[in-house]
Amino acid sequence: MTTYLITGARPYGEAAVDLLLADGRIAEVGAGLSSAAAEVVDAGGLVALPGLVDLHTHLREPGREDAETVETGSRAAALGGFTAVHAMANTDPVADTAGVVEQVWRLGTQAGLVDVVPVGAVTVGLRGERLAELGAMADSAARVRVFSDDGSCVSDPALMRRALEYVKAFDGVVAQHAEEPRLTAGAQMHEGDRSARLGLTGWPAAAEEAIIARDVLLAGHVGGRLHVCHVSTAGSVELLRWAKGRGVQVTAEVTPHHLLLTDECAETYDPVFKVNPPLRTTADVHALREGLADGTIDAVATDHAPHAVEDKESEWAQARPGMLGLQQALSVVVQTMLEPGLLDWRGVADRMSARPAAIGRLAGLGARSQGRPLAAGQPANLVLVDPAHRSVVDPAALASRSRNSPYAGRELPGRVVATFLRGEATVLDGKAVK
Amino acid sequence: MKRHLLEAADLDRGDATLVLDTAAQIDTALAGREVKKLPTLRGRTVVNLFYEDSTRTRISFELAAKRLSADVINFSAKGSSVSKGESLKDTALTLEAMGSDAIVVRHSASGAPHRLARWVRGSVVNAGDGTHEHPTQALLDAYTIRRRLGRLEGVRVAIVGDVLHSRVARSNVGLLHTLGAEVTLVAPPTLLPVGVGSWPVSVSYDLDAVLPKSDVVMMLRVQAERMNASFFPSAREYSRRYGLDAPRMAVLADDAIVMHPGPMNRGMEIAAEVADSVRSTIVEQVGNGVSVRMAVLYLLLGGNPTA
Ligand SMILES: [Zn+2]
Repeated sequence: MTTYLITGARPYGEAAVDLLLADGRIAEVGAGLSSAAAEVVDAGGLVALPGLVDLHTHLREPGREDAETVETGSRAAALGGFTAVHAMANTDPVADTAGVVEQVWRLGTQAGLVDVVPVGAVTVGLRGERLAELGAMADSAARVRVFSDDGSCVSDPALMRRALEYVKAFDGVVAQHAEEPRLTAGAQMHEGDRSARLGLTGWPAAAEEAIIARDVLLAGHVGGRLHVCHVSTAGSVELLRWAKGRGVQVTAEVTPHHLLLTDECAETYDPVFKVNPPLRTTADVHALREGLADGTIDAVATDHAPHAVEDKESEWAQARPGMLGLQQALSVVVQTMLEPGLLDWRGVADRMSARPAAIGRLAGLGARSQGRPLAAGQPANLVLVDPAHRSVVDPAALASRSRNSPYAGRELPGRVVATFLRGEATVLDGKAVK
Repeated sequence: MKRHLLEAADLDRGDATLVLDTAAQIDTALAGREVKKLPTLRGRTVVNLFYEDSTRTRISFELAAKRLSADVINFSAKGSSVSKGESLKDTALTLEAMGSDAIVVRHSASGAPHRLARWVRGSVVNAGDGTHEHPTQALLDAYTIRRRLGRLEGVRVAIVGDVLHSRVARSNVGLLHTLGAEVTLVAPPTLLPVGVGSWPVSVSYDLDAVLPKSDVVMMLRVQAERMNASFFPSAREYSRRYGLDAPRMAVLADDAIVMHPGPMNRGMEIAAEVADSVRSTIVEQVGNGVSVRMAVLYLLLGGNPTA
């Protein structure tokens, strides 16, 4: 195992120190460290953060390996500064059994670039009819703690209630894709002034908010743990604030694209901007940023959703929803949260590493813990970021198998220079090591 | 003029007036001629790319192109490679390779002509996309109003019916506003889009209140099946509240006209005696459609003085 001596890095953007990584852990943190055996990484001017943790990706394997594989998605994740990613269950076959989640988990281990943490489906086949064997997935080698029918909403209130209750037995959490399906039939974009003009069927904010309102009441009633995926509206932030104030065990995530982009992007009818939930208004974007800043929204999660060219290079209505996110997530957070002063680097680390790891119950796994602070004795999961670097996003240069980046041609700040997973470099000089 | 005609907003007041004036010139030039043909677009190729069945619109464009001496290719999505899964982009590149100068496209997906316009070098004319726009319909409607009433500025137009799902309404709202008309939308609230407040129009739920103050009443087609999704309780109730029948027509000003883009649901949004009355411009609209589409093709392909 390589020993690394990282010199001159600024943990959380604070005073520069050296970090010695050995045997998978951060062995020492301090000024003027030296180690004859160590490979030196000059991190002068770079910010060090704990390895990022993503609660929400679609790695498409098994089933759509033409769009992404666990390996290519893992590489994109490492290049984005992540050391752990949750892989959503809407694969083919659906990850609704111990067998499938273990397969995904093994593929992640083989790729060895990030910890791939499978999410288990809440219901059999994501059909919203009866519970999948949640306990078997929890007890499997994949050790599933996050359960989600993402892509579909668990819209049946009785089923949602039972899921929230049942997962308490193994400290699980139900991650809800909040979308009342009867209110979003055929929906293509945010319902408002622009959908009216563009003639695209509207996806009303109320369809998200109605489910969140219902689910926080259910979670409060049964004492279960609810996580709300990709919160997209100002009203949702209000509801979450209210529920948290009442002591409901609810957490929430926001995607980078909902922090940066608005429904204005639909004007071109370019489906690269089609996503579910849809891009909302400027007022929503500001409410989401504020919610993330004050902690009402706990985490940034990418909802990285690779799609093959033919599924995006089409009419808007025919295209699949979803966009890439892993490699630009940190840059978007730097632009939308750090640079305006809404979060400092400690805040960024909290929302992109510590809190998502806590939600996924990844922080107490000993040497395999994620989301731990940068301190001696902790697992050596960390990322080195050059905050001064700015570059224009080129989809062709991304590690993902797909090219559906909504940031194409956009200049964004920040560059991931190096990522370490348990002391081993997965990214050096901005390039994946394998 | 811009290279494409995708939506009413592509036309500023000068462009829109130029199209109407050109249509009028064409009408004059062809009036009384036995061979209704101009040599203007000889050697140019116009493709009618229709993903939706619309015989009347396709024939109108076909006639327009042929009267300008263009070569016309009708490319129907039904029974072609398109129905076998060929993408819009591949179809576009194929037509491009065949040397099409203009593609007239009708598609069930809003925005399909905008996508097409990014993939081809020639002009794209939107012949109706989903629930978005149908700009040549709005042009022919404006042309019809101007011929009947002599002006557009200040003309009070009521557009009545299923605005939510109507590309005709969207194009008319944009174009009539550009040309200085005053538009009032009349519909049950369920058939108006959320966001209609940002449109340059007045909105009313009460047809009887609007009719006496209208110079033009434009009735939109309403599908009775909308009642299955609770947009209104029944066809009968819709017709009673928003249908234009003879008693309602009687309250209109003397020179007010009644329009309909067709095809009509007689007895639903419009009564037979209204459709067949002297106020009705419905047949005239069809004829004007050919002239306006000739003007559009001529200006986009041949007669653009700024090209
Ligand atoms: Zn989702």
